[in-house]
Amino acid sequence: MVLTGAEIFTKSLKDEGVEFIFGYPGGAVLHIYDALFKQEKVKHILVRHEQGATHAADGYARATGKTGVVLVTSGPGATNAVTGIATAYMDSIPMVVFTGQVASELIGDDAFQEVDAVGITRPCVKHNFLVKDVRDLATTIKKAFYIASTGRPGPVVIDIPKDITAERCEYSYPKAITMRSYAPTVKGHPGQIKRAVDLLLNARRPMIYTGGGVIAANGNKELTRLVQMLGYPCTNTLMGLGAYPATDPLFVGMLGMHGTYEANMAMHECDVLLTVGARFDDRVTGDLNKFCPQARIIHIDIDPASISKNVPVEIPIVGSVETVLTEMLKMLEASKKKPDADALKNWWHRIDDWRAMECLNYEQNDVLIKPQYVVETLYKITDGDAIVTSDVGQHQMWAAQFYKFNKPRRWISSGGLGTMGFGMPAAMGAQLAYPDSLVACITGEASIQMCIQELSTCKQYGLPIKVLVLNNRYMGMVRQWQEFFYDRRYSHSYMDALPDFVKLAESYGHIGMLIEKPGDVEGAIKEALKQKDRMVFMDFITDQKENVFPMIEGGKGHHEMRLGPCSAVVPTDRELA
Amino acid sequence: MRHIISILLENEAGALSRVAGLFSARGYNIESLSVAPTEDETLSRLTLVTRGSDEIVEQITKQLNKLVDVVRLQELTEGPHIEREMMLIKIKASGKDREESKRIVDIFRGHIIDVTETTYTIELTGNCNKLNAFLQALGSVDIIEVVRSGVSGIARGDKGLRV
Repeated sequence: MVLTGAEIFTKSLKDEGVEFIFGYPGGAVLHIYDALFKQEKVKHILVRHEQGATHAADGYARATGKTGVVLVTSGPGATNAVTGIATAYMDSIPMVVFTGQVASELIGDDAFQEVDAVGITRPCVKHNFLVKDVRDLATTIKKAFYIASTGRPGPVVIDIPKDITAERCEYSYPKAITMRSYAPTVKGHPGQIKRAVDLLLNARRPMIYTGGGVIAANGNKELTRLVQMLGYPCTNTLMGLGAYPATDPLFVGMLGMHGTYEANMAMHECDVLLTVGARFDDRVTGDLNKFCPQARIIHIDIDPASISKNVPVEIPIVGSVETVLTEMLKMLEASKKKPDADALKNWWHRIDDWRAMECLNYEQNDVLIKPQYVVETLYKITDGDAIVTSDVGQHQMWAAQFYKFNKPRRWISSGGLGTMGFGMPAAMGAQLAYPDSLVACITGEASIQMCIQELSTCKQYGLPIKVLVLNNRYMGMVRQWQEFFYDRRYSHSYMDALPDFVKLAESYGHIGMLIEKPGDVEGAIKEALKQKDRMVFMDFITDQKENVFPMIEGGKGHHEMRLGPCSAVVPTDRELA
Repeated sequence: MRHIISILLENEAGALSRVAGLFSARGYNIESLSVAPTEDETLSRLTLVTRGSDEIVEQITKQLNKLVDVVRLQELTEGPHIEREMMLIKIKASGKDREESKRIVDIFRGHIIDVTETTYTIELTGNCNKLNAFLQALGSVDIIEVVRSGVSGIARGDKGLRV
């Protein structure tokens, strides 16, 4: 059947099984929008800013594991999308972004709304394409989805000149695609896996450190079985929360800059470290010179370039987390050797001592709302089963610390790029994917204003997201660093001239709530959750002076954490067995 | 350490800028780069010279391999290999310099490929050291311009970098 490029576009998305496309029209994509108008299969979600479109597609992808899809126009449409593309790139999120482009014969002429989208996005995509011939369009779309969703996932951009969307050709969508230059390794090397299993079984102070790769590969079940079979402590990175049930006793909390004392101390003292789908990010490792000084390290990752990039690894295993862990489990089951029970018992004693520090302790008085209390209350009321998105800063860390995720794809946060403005649009994507689930966006009064225009999108599509603003009238994390490291010179971190969020929410047609007293927190959240089909915007006025603890400061190692004022007294140190 | 990386690249628009962009984005340096299509017109062959520790070069090759347009890659300096570079050089050649320059060109087995009353244009092929030595040997001769192709390399033996 002969179709126009614009029709090939919609048909290809349909054949690819795309459910939603997040976008914003403009001159270069008008043919495509006309084709979208004439079909009903692919639902278009009209955002209010292209950054919102990319974050919404990203949130959809994180919540479902499917590829998020975005459509924006040329020029400013493309540049506005860049932040969201870079966000997805840093966190390895599968996404296909279509950018309109000026007509082929105008490219290079500085035409109206022309920008070199392929050039601008090159450093923050897994791959990108400029379509030069309508006959390549369907195959290019297939390639883009294939590249975005396989191997280490990531965003792929397709730039389509306007004339291509008007030209016609015979349409057929390829069922599968092979590329000579792209074939990710899925299966791990059996010899390496065997070596890893032997090393793991000989560990006296083992530690399992896992990241977003476990979630990307849907390997949480295998991970959980492995951890429980061995009885070893497990920690998750910010990106990996939910891969191992947070309420399980073998879970020692998140690690890294604002991780728990027990997770970081266990990292420091472990003798064997199994790293699964994590990339030794600087916020996780602290000072590399002090990182895991006694550990022999095993690293499972689908991206060979992540292995030995920051930290040299003794046993690298390239492959999909899920496949490699399955192999590992088979070998462990077949193995006669079992973990050293005495050594493990001593190791857990030591970890329990660190746990007894209660590093996340805070005190809720009856005057000022503690931000941690809001998150903890939400956690208790929702029984840990909400999809929680966040923006970036103090509230993000408190959400990660106090909301206990027992399942993967419940925690949606910009880890690598640290993009403020991510939370609410990401929640839109998650809510569209799961219309009946509770989606909460934990945010701050600074972050929320970076994509506040999406309140309008939420109204248009009736998305009943619950927004919890931890409003401390500061860019909290900036303020915290200024307090600690800049002698309390709070340079431009005070959020002056804040809007009345209640009225703002109401003006968009949502419910607004202002909560100022600790005693009102629980009731307000319960009240908000009753609103099944309305968005509720909760403005919690929180303690301005609260800081995120514990903390590894710059240049410090895992064992040099700064503890908060409410932590328990250091227990007497037991000798290492 | 100096490393020569040989790459088979999809011969597509923008492929070269992905390679160059990777080096600038990650702070690696490119000492020289030479690229041209191969007998298979869908593929380009690229020879890249870089400097760095073994760890850095390992990262470079891994990151290059991640680029979707990179089809195959080989670090030539890991094994026996041959490298060649071509240089075109235009010098002032008048008076007694004219005779002396001609002798030096012969010693280095170069060719004079263009002559005017006052200049020679010389073509010289060899490895980097030879080209550098030639420039040094010219001594006080006045050099008008130097054009170097960058290194091309190939592994010794019967194996080849191919699809």
